[in-house]
Amino acid sequence: MTPENKQTLNTSGTSGTRLQFDWSWVSNNGGVIALIVILAFNVIVTPNFLNPQTLFVNISQVATIAIVAVGMTLVIATGGIDLSVGAVMALAGAMAPLIFTSPFAEANPQIGLVLSIVVPVLVALLCGAFNGFMVSYLNVQPIVATLIFFISGRGIALVLTNGNLQTFTNPEFSYLGTGKILGFPFQGYLVLLIAVVVWWVVNQTVFGRQLLAVGGNEKAARLSGVPVKRVKIGAYVICAGLSGMAGLIVVAINSASDAARIGNLMELDAIAAAVVGGALLQGGKAPIFGAILGAVIIQLVKYTLLANGVADEVALIAKAGIIVTAVYLQQARKE
Amino acid sequence: MTDLIEMSGICKAFAGVVALQDAQLHLKPGEVHAVIGQNGAGKSTLIKILTGVYRKDSGSVKINGSETGISTPREAQDAGIATIYQELSLVPLRSVTENVMMGYEPRTKLGLIDWQRAHLQAEKTLKRFGVDIDVRAQLGTYSTAIQQLVAIARAASMKAQVVIMDEATSSLDDQEIDILFRVVRELKKQGVAILYISHFLDELYQICDRVTIMRDGQTVGQHVVSETTKLGLISEMLGRDPEEIEAAGMTGLGGEKRNQPGEVLLEADEISTGHGLKDVTVSVRKGEIVGLGGLLGAGRTEVARALFGLDALRKGKITHRDGPDRISNPAHAIEAGIGFLTEDRKREGIIPHMSVRENMTLALLPRLRKFGGVDRKREQELVGSFICSLGIKTASMEQPIRELSGGNQQKVLLARWLALDPRLLILDEPTRGVDVGAKFEIQSIIRDYVEKGLGVLLISSEFEELVEGADRIVVLQDGHSVTELENPGVTEERLIAAIAHHYERGAA
Amino acid sequence: MLDTSAFDLRRYLQGSTHSIGVWIALVILILFGLLRYENFGGAYNISSFLNYNAMFIVISVGMCFVILTGGIDLSVGSVAAFTSVVAAYLSPYGIQIALPGAVAAGLAIGGLNAFFVVAMRIPPFIATLATMLGAKGGALVISGAQTISIDWESNFTKMGLEKAFGVLPWTIVITFVLVVALWIVLEKTSLGRTVLAVGGGEDASIMMGLSVTKAKIFVYTLSGGCAGLAGVFLASGFGAGQPLEGVGWELSAIASVVVGGTLLTGGLGSVPATVAGALLLGLVFNILNFENGRGVISLSAYWQMVIRGAFLFVVIVFQSRVASSSKEGTV
Repeated sequence: MTPENKQTLNTSGTSGTRLQFDWSWVSNNGGVIALIVILAFNVIVTPNFLNPQTLFVNISQVATIAIVAVGMTLVIATGGIDLSVGAVMALAGAMAPLIFTSPFAEANPQIGLVLSIVVPVLVALLCGAFNGFMVSYLNVQPIVATLIFFISGRGIALVLTNGNLQTFTNPEFSYLGTGKILGFPFQGYLVLLIAVVVWWVVNQTVFGRQLLAVGGNEKAARLSGVPVKRVKIGAYVICAGLSGMAGLIVVAINSASDAARIGNLMELDAIAAAVVGGALLQGGKAPIFGAILGAVIIQLVKYTLLANGVADEVALIAKAGIIVTAVYLQQARKE
Repeated sequence: MTDLIEMSGICKAFAGVVALQDAQLHLKPGEVHAVIGQNGAGKSTLIKILTGVYRKDSGSVKINGSETGISTPREAQDAGIATIYQELSLVPLRSVTENVMMGYEPRTKLGLIDWQRAHLQAEKTLKRFGVDIDVRAQLGTYSTAIQQLVAIARAASMKAQVVIMDEATSSLDDQEIDILFRVVRELKKQGVAILYISHFLDELYQICDRVTIMRDGQTVGQHVVSETTKLGLISEMLGRDPEEIEAAGMTGLGGEKRNQPGEVLLEADEISTGHGLKDVTVSVRKGEIVGLGGLLGAGRTEVARALFGLDALRKGKITHRDGPDRISNPAHAIEAGIGFLTEDRKREGIIPHMSVRENMTLALLPRLRKFGGVDRKREQELVGSFICSLGIKTASMEQPIRELSGGNQQKVLLARWLALDPRLLILDEPTRGVDVGAKFEIQSIIRDYVEKGLGVLLISSEFEELVEGADRIVVLQDGHSVTELENPGVTEERLIAAIAHHYERGAA
Repeated sequence: MLDTSAFDLRRYLQGSTHSIGVWIALVILILFGLLRYENFGGAYNISSFLNYNAMFIVISVGMCFVILTGGIDLSVGSVAAFTSVVAAYLSPYGIQIALPGAVAAGLAIGGLNAFFVVAMRIPPFIATLATMLGAKGGALVISGAQTISIDWESNFTKMGLEKAFGVLPWTIVITFVLVVALWIVLEKTSLGRTVLAVGGGEDASIMMGLSVTKAKIFVYTLSGGCAGLAGVFLASGFGAGQPLEGVGWELSAIASVVVGGTLLTGGLGSVPATVAGALLLGLVFNILNFENGRGVISLSAYWQMVIRGAFLFVVIVFQSRVASSSKEGTV
């Protein structure tokens, strides 16, 4: 497109659309509409949908996707992508039980508990720093840079646990996955807290503004004094840290850790949630609550299909449909 | 003689907004025909309809007197229309041969591409234009001028009847332009018609036979070039009286009173970088404009990059008053009170998705920090006052910057740096691609700030801007600073002479 | 005069440095293997190595074409799983039906990718992510999430076992023919050159009057077809349709392409170097197996993942340095 017609396009937003139905409204609010449709469908069709138990199940299921999707949204906002989130989840998830079942932690349960949360998250942050370093200092394309941990991260987790399923009983640790506050699952609160904090960071802080600037036009951002490399590393570090936390939650929910399965295909769910939530793949936008909404939609579709006796496999196809539709609408809005 | 191309009554609207209305174009065989007009006048749209990139809403396009319905670039090429776009429409990663022959490669008997013959043909075609290069090498490894000539060679090898050159000279230096013009004359001799689109009116008088003037999507005039005056063309482009323009002066940089320059802000002493600078010496004082003169490729932008900490010094020293010893990245430079308005607004300036407000405060952000967040209130006050004082035309400070016109975008970017309250501002082609009205305003703003004590390093390809605006002009050549001219007393002729004189000596 | 003297050694090298690393590494690994392990150069090892890696070579070459246009195809693993099931179901009718049938299924899914990318303008990353999920779901649905054994009475199983013309297994022969054919397509036909031009600059290609649409439809369909063929190899190699296989194959394929020196942004790369990349990644496994076989150290399969990641890291770092040094020489 030439600058000329870009300008003409933009000034025309309101004039040319009077006669036809305003599709832009649908695509701008597609996520919310989809959510309402799914909820309405479930209230009418799915047995026991309004049961609190259903709500709890869905909250605990959606929490991990939502947390990772928030991190993914930040990375996508820089124009990058992080394929390693699932592997980082596995790594963090595999480490936690190793730590609190170690002899030292058996002797000092309090310290052990703290360490079993702090150390895996720290390791996850390191993975993120590595990804960020590769992307910003070595100029490796994000898909390739994060491919390294995608392959080897889970490998390290499997090596650490020797590929064994680790089961445990540790009520304190399991609180992360099964605890309740005022009757609602703990991780539901955690998701909200994370979302609010990250939203604040994106919209109200210097780092957030710089993040969006890097995604919007990296060259211009650098010339305006934005520390592009640091900002990018920051995005990958936050994303990996959140993934690590999600890994801990998965382990806590199951009271078991299987390095081969934790966070499997999570990168796809997280990317899908971010995109459904309105993140632009070319960067420059970070709709945090959009990502949460995206995660909820994906989870609800999965649940709806399962609860109505549709096989798991078909749910995958449905997910594919959602992704295509969401991006198609996003694309149509742009043109 | 029938027109080779006759476009008449062309209308085109984008999503309801009119870009072309009853536009005309008549091109005769073997003539060089210029199309001029301000940004947004509809030149590019008209050309892109001719080349099948856009579809016209109504009107007729006739080639050799018969109506045609070209709807893809390929059809245009097959009809003998070749286009050399401003942003080169070549593939730098591929070889020269591929770029010349792409889509028309010679085949072997098996129907496979015969690379041997393709290379030979490409070589032969290029030699006709005096270009003797290794055609197997990647195109991207050659200079822009060579790439431009490759694009023309492609057009020639396709036996085009019409060659359209869209801002073909905007990135060439004088010598290269000479070679380009030679090629244009050569093509003309062969009966090829050339449609020449340019911002540089001087070029028109050098090679064009006729000129079509566009304004607001309409064709407002068609003349034989030798019967026009520069002032007349400008007045027709702008739709204003010639006297009015003359009275206003050509630029807004020439202030009534000139400051007595203050203390030295920055002094670069015999600096060299890995990007072609050799022993450049330049200094800027408080309240003065120092111009950097020279041809494209002489190292003007490179000086700016070195001062702004983008390219590391290999030799020499930059001394700042009250500043740090060494500036190694833009953030340092900004802290030291230096701003850098870059040449390429779209690629190095604006963040298109972001609002006017966010674009304007991007460099200032670290100073707006309050309780870990951005101080919104101060930010809005500041942005509001700049929108007001620079006369930025925007619906609100929340409007995305991409929706603004080029001139207003440039003002926002200027405000990005002025907001920092800088000591020194480096301006690289601050008025390029901006319409005449905004150009004057931007120049006046710069002059105002200089009178208040700002030091400015001005890079401009327009001699008028340098001659009227700069207190001193440092002339660069092949990466060396060769002389310095002092105002008052500099005329366009003197500046050109300085550049040319030293150039000959340098080449000898 | 214009600066036309830009030819120098560095430029000459630049064209090949992107892929020279992979050839050197391949030679070193092969020499290392030959010197260290007795049976490494044996006919059995070579044949079984190539037989097993044929499917990875095939999908990598398909992926290479997609990446050359600047796109990506994440669906190849799922498509291979899907078509392995299709091939298993068709196996009673013999290889002459099962192979074209499975490849056709792959082509169809590839065509769907092309439709998403070209007609609906969905970014390739997302479009193929969707078909990846879709094909995976499809494979599970039609197989009931069970492996589908192939008909042992038919001639289908012979593919990986019986030698064509008594020399090499059919799998290897088919792979070889396909690779050579695609090499010629890329280097010697205008379709192939268009693929390269599209990746080098899509707008410029349109302006040159090249058919960008055709090139894109071609690469996605081709990649689907290659994945379809890989599914046939998978089914014949394991004796069953494997709906759960194929996880992470797209990433192995991308890794092979990148290791082979193809730019992920498109426009520059080659078929043989991609094959070398796939062989190199396969050899790392092969050598680890031999090392385990010597019994000195024992590395579990999990270690192989770690080492593969580390290996990818080294190659990428090497490439990024080569790329940045050659860039410095030209700007």
